[in-house]
Amino acid sequence: MKLTVWTYEGPPHVGAMRVATAMKGLHYVLHAPQGDTYADLLFTMIERRGHRPPVSYTTFEGRDLGEDTAGLFKRACQDAYDRFQPQALIVGASCTAELIQDDPGGLAETMALPVPVIALELPSYQRKENFGTDETFYQLVKALAHPVEKTPEITANLIGPLALGFRHRDDIEEVKGLLYEMGIGINVVAPFDATPEDLTRLGAAHVNVLMYPEHAETAARHMERTLGIPFTKTVPIGVGATHDFVAEMARICGIEPKKDMSRLRQPWWSKSVDSTYLTGKRVFIFGDATHVQAAARIARDEMGFEVVGLGCYNREFARPIRALAKAFGLEALITDDYLEVEKAIEDAAPEMILGTQMERHIGKRLGIPCAVISAPVHVQDFPARYSPQMGWEGANVIFDTWIHPLVMGLEEHLLSMFREDFEFHDAAGASHHGGHAPRASQGGQPPVSEADSPRDIYETEKQDPAIADTGSDVMVWLADAERELKKIPFFVRGKARRNTEKFAAERGVTQISVDTLYEAKAHYAR
Amino acid sequence: MNRPASIPAATCRDAPILKERGQREVFCGLTGIIWLHRKMQDAFFLVVGSRTCAHLLQSAAGVMIFAEPRFGTAILEETDLAGLADANDELDREVGRLLSRRPDIKQLFLVGSCPSEVIKLDLARAAERLTQIHAPHVRVLNYSGSGIETTFTQGEDACLASMVPVLPGTEARELLLVGALPDVVEDQAVGLLSKMGIGPIRVLPAPRSAQAPGVGPNTVFACLQPFLGDTAAALERRGARMIQAPFPFGEEGTTLWLRAIADTFGVDDATFEAVTAAPRARARTAIANASEHLRGKSVFFMPDSQLEIPLARFLTRECGMEAIEIGQPFIHKGLVGPDLDLMPAGPTISEGQDVDHQLDRVRAARPDLTVCGLGLANPLEAEGLTTKWAIELVFTPVHFYDQAGDLAGLFSRPLRRRDLLKLEAAE
Repeated sequence: MKLTVWTYEGPPHVGAMRVATAMKGLHYVLHAPQGDTYADLLFTMIERRGHRPPVSYTTFEGRDLGEDTAGLFKRACQDAYDRFQPQALIVGASCTAELIQDDPGGLAETMALPVPVIALELPSYQRKENFGTDETFYQLVKALAHPVEKTPEITANLIGPLALGFRHRDDIEEVKGLLYEMGIGINVVAPFDATPEDLTRLGAAHVNVLMYPEHAETAARHMERTLGIPFTKTVPIGVGATHDFVAEMARICGIEPKKDMSRLRQPWWSKSVDSTYLTGKRVFIFGDATHVQAAARIARDEMGFEVVGLGCYNREFARPIRALAKAFGLEALITDDYLEVEKAIEDAAPEMILGTQMERHIGKRLGIPCAVISAPVHVQDFPARYSPQMGWEGANVIFDTWIHPLVMGLEEHLLSMFREDFEFHDAAGASHHGGHAPRASQGGQPPVSEADSPRDIYETEKQDPAIADTGSDVMVWLADAERELKKIPFFVRGKARRNTEKFAAERGVTQISVDTLYEAKAHYAR
Repeated sequence: MNRPASIPAATCRDAPILKERGQREVFCGLTGIIWLHRKMQDAFFLVVGSRTCAHLLQSAAGVMIFAEPRFGTAILEETDLAGLADANDELDREVGRLLSRRPDIKQLFLVGSCPSEVIKLDLARAAERLTQIHAPHVRVLNYSGSGIETTFTQGEDACLASMVPVLPGTEARELLLVGALPDVVEDQAVGLLSKMGIGPIRVLPAPRSAQAPGVGPNTVFACLQPFLGDTAAALERRGARMIQAPFPFGEEGTTLWLRAIADTFGVDDATFEAVTAAPRARARTAIANASEHLRGKSVFFMPDSQLEIPLARFLTRECGMEAIEIGQPFIHKGLVGPDLDLMPAGPTISEGQDVDHQLDRVRAARPDLTVCGLGLANPLEAEGLTTKWAIELVFTPVHFYDQAGDLAGLFSRPLRRRDLLKLEAAE
């Protein structure tokens, strides 16, 4: 038993839903109690899909348990087939149904439906959402993709993009563009918008582009083994990785690495003098392994940041992330406990976080700017505009996204220069952020005003004093030092406070004076 | 259409009920934790369940309540399923750890889930055991929020019902208001009743366990929400008496609700009139303004929050709408009877759900407004229908006079928006 407050990943059947919802002509019959239907809203609200996920839930109740839940499952299966006429069905159990052991796969098999029925075994009490996506896609490929004649021209499958993915929709377009420049055609994109019938044509491709290893690596390995299709190991996120990806594709296909970089602006944006202030910004990176791996390289090599911590929540990729961290001289943080992540971030005291929506909230609490780089997703991660992470345009998008939360170079100086100005002071924050503007008093207002949607009514929740404590309980700041500390710009004040306290603690100093503050500053000066 | 061809019944109370069983597109009772934990400030809700439960709580409202929330999920793992003895030890350990980290917690609710019920983990015994361990500082209670036992708002009912047996006894003649409402609304209710000279007024749930109300044979209580059937029954078992009335939505509902309480406490007409005249007039004005876009429009309620029948009463009688179908997850006439009485027979009254069949009825009727859950709203909008998310009705202050206009506004906004948007070429 493990106490969990927030989770990075849902249960594995939600992973299966992400595959099913991304596809067309596939239906998922899920043996599950009432309430598990909540998962529909992830797709209809967060991703704004204009259709229901293609999932039928048996929604058994307490009174069904002593009776015929197996019969209920078979009825749901038949109804789903009759109503939706899918090309294939996947069947499985949610966590509760797993316990009643009705064997959806076996039951569906006895029904002799005229379409392929693929049974999913997703152990809810051991595995999580990303296992569910990977396993479901693998089972579909295993059941449906058989050797077929290769296309006469060189073609690739793009595998891995699915529903509720972080910018998957736009990444597909960007990768298609990269392949087009090289003269490589697209055979199948899957699961995104693919039909079960499309999956039967997977074998016609010459290469698989493994866009998201956490969702499709097992399928990629299976296709390599059974269909002889090699797959790419480089995920083209960032300028360097995109160059490497093109080179890898060229090598696999035996063609020229042709590139059209006319739209790539990132290198100049990063070289231009106004970006100097980015130098050595200390960043903490956390998310899914694919995006963390890419972000670490971009942060160090393409932005000039210093990576002070990194890790991922999907344990399946612990090994490569540990190796990556080692190469950065760090210890990887592999955990799905957000309290641990929060602690690590607090300890590392970075100037910026590159993380998920969870880290965005952590950043909000700690007063550290954060840019989102990975799932789990939020409605904000589905912008109306084109906003890929992969390819040349992805590199441009990432540059913009990452610098947006920061206070820009000259503004940084002005803020500290005029820190006493009544409008232009440090507590006002970066001038391009509405979020830091002084808040209107909330006293006397109803807890939920008309303008608030359910999604954000709790966002302004005040901090819990029990955990907002910074831990400086034995250390005393003398009044002068405290005043001096306030003169330091807000975005480095937390770090200055922690460094000073650490410096004082190491020397057994319990009263912090202005001198202690500046001695610490000199000590930590880079 | 499943509407009966000829209806001998005069009001919706006697109308035949279309009972359906099939796929239900509703939340389970765990969802109630999202508002209950804000209301009860020294309580912690510990769901004993699976990753799905944790994911539901995180996703249901589409929010992250980021200040460390006063709820969490003890996620059952493979080893817990192997031996229940171990599961109990694990639970004791997790609770001990939690309570030592959160000394501000005075009430702990162990909340049963689908998996904990299927493996027959006895949370009632666990609660007793843990109460003994952590007494007198913390009281541990338990209830089920599982989807196999409860739907959506029933979770609040189960939670409040679990508190009733441990409420202190009292002989005092007190009015108890039952249901977790936003403070602003609760204050208005207490204010109106106090001005009529009614008191003392107590509220369940109290914001802190030390303020828990007493209950006894002289307690009279009124439910603020139409889904508190088990709580009402538990209070009656303690000797309290329920005041039946339509629910306080809209000017009419609020007036009838207050009137029923006033009558019980012998408030004279002049006093009642003096206290309610001004807010009634305000409510009528506000509703008239907000319901301009609702008059003559049709509405279809998918079953969701259990508020459907009282809200349909409000929309049809005070906002000039026509109800096509009013679906509720289940219908408890002991609670919603007075609301059903006020609606002439006509709309289909349905209980339970077979979502695909019900959607067929929605598509055939093409209502001007469909009230439904978050999973269905965008898909219906994509089919050209206008929808209102039901969950907002549970989170937003909508009870009593001064929110009556806001309540009408919640329904009219989607219709107004539809009129406002010009997304095609001007031609």
